[in-house]
Amino acid sequence: MPKTSSIAANAAAGRIDRRQSRRKKGLLRLRHPIPDRIFTSAGLVVPVVLVLLWFAVTALGLVKPLFLPSPLAILEEAWRQITTGILLEDAAVSSYRIIVGWLSAAILAIPVGILMGNFRLFEGALEPLISTVRYMPIVALIPLTILWAGIGDEQKILILFLGTFFQMTLMVMDNVKTIDVNLIRAGQTLGFSNTEILWRIILPAALPAIWDTCRITIGWTWTYLVVAELVAAQNGLGRRIMDAQRYLATDTIIFGTLFIGLLGLLTDYAFKRTGRSLFRWTADR
Amino acid sequence: MTMAPKIHAEAVGKIFGEGANEFLAIDRIDLTVAPNEFVSIVGTSGCGKSTFLNMVGGLTEPTFGDILIDGTPVTGPGRDRGFVFQGYSLFEWMTVEGNILFALEKSRLSKPEKTELVRQFIHEVGLRGFEKSYPRQLSGGMRQRVAIARALVYKPSLLLMDEPFGALDAQTRGMMQELLLKVWEDHKVTVLFVTHDVEEAIFLADRVIVLASRPGRIKRELTVDLPRPRQFDIVTSPEFSQLKRGVLADIREETLKVMSLGDDA
Repeated sequence: MPKTSSIAANAAAGRIDRRQSRRKKGLLRLRHPIPDRIFTSAGLVVPVVLVLLWFAVTALGLVKPLFLPSPLAILEEAWRQITTGILLEDAAVSSYRIIVGWLSAAILAIPVGILMGNFRLFEGALEPLISTVRYMPIVALIPLTILWAGIGDEQKILILFLGTFFQMTLMVMDNVKTIDVNLIRAGQTLGFSNTEILWRIILPAALPAIWDTCRITIGWTWTYLVVAELVAAQNGLGRRIMDAQRYLATDTIIFGTLFIGLLGLLTDYAFKRTGRSLFRWTADR
Repeated sequence: MTMAPKIHAEAVGKIFGEGANEFLAIDRIDLTVAPNEFVSIVGTSGCGKSTFLNMVGGLTEPTFGDILIDGTPVTGPGRDRGFVFQGYSLFEWMTVEGNILFALEKSRLSKPEKTELVRQFIHEVGLRGFEKSYPRQLSGGMRQRVAIARALVYKPSLLLMDEPFGALDAQTRGMMQELLLKVWEDHKVTVLFVTHDVEEAIFLADRVIVLASRPGRIKRELTVDLPRPRQFDIVTSPEFSQLKRGVLADIREETLKVMSLGDDA
């Protein structure tokens, strides 16, 4: 039985608190609020159940370790990579590629997106091109990137750049376009010049949304990592996974995939936290 | 009246779009507004009332005709006019104080003079204690008070308001109307007020302009000689009801016309 708050205890005055008896039934009502405690634990229960299931399936020998090694084998693999220093080295190399690839995309996409969002001429000139390019499969561009950028780090960064830039540009354009047009009009009536309106009204108004675009797109950059390290890479988290394929080292593959997911999650969290403190004024209360 | 007009709009018309999408939003509007007059413009949605206001504000260029303010043709937005929009349109990354101070940036006043003006206007719109709040932390009515203070702090002689209270609940709207009348009386500005609320239009104004729709033109002009200062209960008086009945009939006729046009399409 959950403890009763003093507010509820006072208000009850001998009446039955219906929230206690209805709790279970309420969990599956359409659009019905559920207690925070249950909401949060539900998010933990699912992965835990999956891991237990995974554990059971492997322990009972229902699946060969080649297809699905046990969770313990994954932990062993993790330990091996940590103690030999492979993991740190891979993570460092891959993070470097991600940061440079994503940053170069952002440095170009943000100004281009802002121009497209504010000037119909730029939108008309670039939107059809970018919309087409963003549907092209990045994997198919690997041969070209090798021709243009060789087989060093530049080629990996170029792949990450191509995977991020086009989508990001369109998103930034949208972020800029969706600000309240009356903010611009207010700026005009207050006597500000176009340049001033751009820097002091449009940009700050669109910045929280642009920040969110940054958060989402860096997530996509992470998902392109394996593609980027597909060819002629000596190291990196993606490379490790591709190498493991050759030796059928399923544990390495699974650990590598999970670890990339974890780094993506951490990046996402970092962006969210920083955004919240950068743009305090977006909080409702 | 021998006084020079504040606003003089002559044969103003507006066409939107081009080619096959061309359409006549405003056919012809002739309007003269005296200094310190409070004029409401009412009409159904799509009658061009906001477009006309934007043209007076210099935010949209008329296709035909001229608009003169104090005898000078409007060529763009300017600090002789203050604008209040329906959606508040505050700078959300600035505090209440910051929003109002931003409006004074282009004025030649000294820093202490600006600070004093901001303080005075925050006081006038009843926002003392909320100087450091951000717009998101305020209710709709309070946000619109900031917008009014921001539009008046640099002392424009003409205040343009585009359905400023349209998003507020009925009780808050009533309070805001009274606040606006008080501010208008204190500052002696000319107000051009666009709304679709007939009661609001009459309650506030010296003169109500009813617009006909598609294309927009003046259907009727009526003078409101109700005494000032007006109290909220004036809306229940017989004189008020009579004015309201006339305008409502006009608006209804226009709405029916627009609906039947929709049926034809």
